[in-house]
Amino acid sequence: MSMDLPRRQFDTLVIGAGGGGLRAALQLAQADANVAVVSKVFPTRSHTVAAQGGINAALANVLPDNWHWHMYDTIKGSDYLGDQDAIEYMCRAASHLVVELEHAGVPFSRLDNGRIYQRPFGGQSQNFGGEQAARTCAAADRTGHVILHSLYQQNIRAKTHFFDEYFAIDLIRDDNGFILGALVLEIETGEPLLIEAKTTLLATGGAGQLFRTNTNAHINTGDGLAMALRAGIPLQDMEFFQFHPTGIAGRGMLITEGARGEGGYLINRDGERFMERYAPHAKDLASRDVVSRAIYTEVKEGRGCGAKADHVLLKLDHLGKAVLEKRLPGICETSRTFLHIEPAEEPIPVYPTAHYTMGGIPTNRFGQVVVPVEQGEECIPGLYAAGECACVSVHGANRLGGNSLLDIVVFGRAAGNDIIKFLRNNRYHRKIDENSVQAALDHLHRWDKKGEGESVAEIRADLQAVMEEYCGVFRTEEILQQGVEKVLEIEQRMQHVHLKDHSRIFNTARIEAMEVENLINIAVATVTSALARQESRGAHSRIDYPDRNDKQWLKHSLFFKEGRRLDYKPVTLQPLSVETFPPKPRVY
Amino acid sequence: MKFLIYRYDPESGKKPFMQAFELKDIEPGMMLRDALLKLKAEDETLAFRHSCGEGVCGSDAININGKNGLGCLIPVSSLKEPVEVRPVPGMPIIRDLVVDMSQFYHHYRGVKPWLIVHDPEPEVEYLQSPQERDRLDGLYECILCGCCSTSCPSFWWNPDKFRGPAALLQSYRFLADSRDQATKERLEDLDGPYRMFRCHTIMNCVNVCPKNLNPTAAINNIKKLMVKDMV
Repeated sequence: MSMDLPRRQFDTLVIGAGGGGLRAALQLAQADANVAVVSKVFPTRSHTVAAQGGINAALANVLPDNWHWHMYDTIKGSDYLGDQDAIEYMCRAASHLVVELEHAGVPFSRLDNGRIYQRPFGGQSQNFGGEQAARTCAAADRTGHVILHSLYQQNIRAKTHFFDEYFAIDLIRDDNGFILGALVLEIETGEPLLIEAKTTLLATGGAGQLFRTNTNAHINTGDGLAMALRAGIPLQDMEFFQFHPTGIAGRGMLITEGARGEGGYLINRDGERFMERYAPHAKDLASRDVVSRAIYTEVKEGRGCGAKADHVLLKLDHLGKAVLEKRLPGICETSRTFLHIEPAEEPIPVYPTAHYTMGGIPTNRFGQVVVPVEQGEECIPGLYAAGECACVSVHGANRLGGNSLLDIVVFGRAAGNDIIKFLRNNRYHRKIDENSVQAALDHLHRWDKKGEGESVAEIRADLQAVMEEYCGVFRTEEILQQGVEKVLEIEQRMQHVHLKDHSRIFNTARIEAMEVENLINIAVATVTSALARQESRGAHSRIDYPDRNDKQWLKHSLFFKEGRRLDYKPVTLQPLSVETFPPKPRVY
Repeated sequence: MKFLIYRYDPESGKKPFMQAFELKDIEPGMMLRDALLKLKAEDETLAFRHSCGEGVCGSDAININGKNGLGCLIPVSSLKEPVEVRPVPGMPIIRDLVVDMSQFYHHYRGVKPWLIVHDPEPEVEYLQSPQERDRLDGLYECILCGCCSTSCPSFWWNPDKFRGPAALLQSYRFLADSRDQATKERLEDLDGPYRMFRCHTIMNCVNVCPKNLNPTAAINNIKKLMVKDMV
């Protein structure tokens, strides 16, 4: 069976064509490596396109700044769960990489002196916790769009080989633990294809579709995370899921933090600027976890707005139409289209909305996927991960706004560089493990079975509702315990789901079925890790354990699919060249 | 609410047809994409592309009551019943509302949509004044949805030779960029009877662009640059 399978060979297979995958592919193509990029959508449809506010780099174009302050803010933002070596590396690389993006054509907004425009964002400070910094380089509020398009353009220029609208099913792994590529499915024809590669980079993005109300695209189903789990690789820190403070209430469209960076602020039903109570110094520009909890609390205590008192308002009218049109044209457009609201006249109803997967596939700062062994950890040979699907970890328990676009370009490039080194030492393709190929084919053909029963759409809706209710902003032992049971129940129900559509050509039902399988794998990892962590840190807020507990929990979680086993590994507190920032109380 | 949706399954051996659907609960603020997703939950064989749901990824260009648009940005309350939904015109149809966009992407790549600079790179950003940057507004926002090119009669007639409004807008996005140094090559490449001069200013492109961009104006600006280049 698997002998009839069409096969292609490349030096490197990149799965995912968002900013992380494309930045890595560019690095490889420029080094004359033979690289294939597989994406389930045309590259410019990847979700990087929806990032709005900007990318952090201490260019100091507007206010004094340096990478070391950026490093401190990121570590504090991470609630000290970020690895300080990787964070130093990222913050040091930031300015260079932003300039590189500008040279690649990114049309950043400009200052009067011709330099890149920068705006203040949440969690940023000068001089290690002092005055607000302005570190976020922006192209109006379409920064992700311009970065993704420019990276795609540079890749066509570099003649990267694209497999557009191919869905990755599973990694191929041999008995020695080497990753040898992946089985993919051409969506248009419904035909499987084996892509053999000496190195494989997962850059498949996050899993925001775990939750009913989210800021994410329909495609954000964490496919790479689930592929890693199925290949026996653990997922790290999955209990940390970011809820963005300002999604449009009830609908989820993102309103960038840049709106507050430009001077907007949140008010409750009394018109009170309530963030002053929760974060006296940073106010509306505190870290996202802090602002989300504040909004949730305001609503819970009866100070919400609207007929159902179920949201708060983001006030922007005082900024004036000219500033809004210049700096935030995208969110003005979104408000008009979806709410019939003119932000220059009326405030926008907002509520915390599922946004970003801080956890992911454990990697080091070279993008290599690492797993624990008896003493320390070792790399999975041939496997890399970058971007939202990876957990380096630079975001720890809470990511700062503007650091995700930075993460993808920094670690996309780092992975590209390390892959080049790996290719130099591994000149030939290893023999394909046919058993592993057969297992991947079996996974695909499971959906050929016919029968009655529930639909994928029902399962998906139930999963999203369960995750929202049992794994939201505030958590307790009891709620999470129920969450685990409910997710496992859904996992069982999924076994009995059959497709009604068994056609081959552009069968979106089959793709969605495999996406929901992936989401279920990730949901189990998320609730299980959340139940185990008995402390509150960053985005993981336990009502029953309200404090951070560095003594017992200053460590990364690792969830293994087999036996739903949890393991832990230490946080890297030692930076590359500067002194450590030891954990201290986190106030904004 | 009543819908008539174009159905085509190449494996069935049947000819394309318009299938009637009815949707009972129409929620306030429901967009056409939401409606299609509800219909798909009932009949999973209905195929269409979509992703972000907020008009930035450009996946869900379709033809709605005769006009191209993005499903996610069009409130169903604004539409006359029965709502006729078809694939965007002029492209080979793969299945249902899914078309083959290869030619569209081919023309996009054909205009060399990347910044070309011949000088050595400085260690900091290229300087660009806010006024120079303003010239890119209305150009850089294109999401490559294809609404414009697939509504353009010139593109229907010469899909292999005419670059089409989307690709020409991209070309002008780089011509208008103060940092780009390939003006002459870009203009030479668009010369001749087809690549650009098939545009007859019908302006369907302007009429349908979901991002309110103006490819016709961009094409006129390219023509002006050509004239300037000649004299």
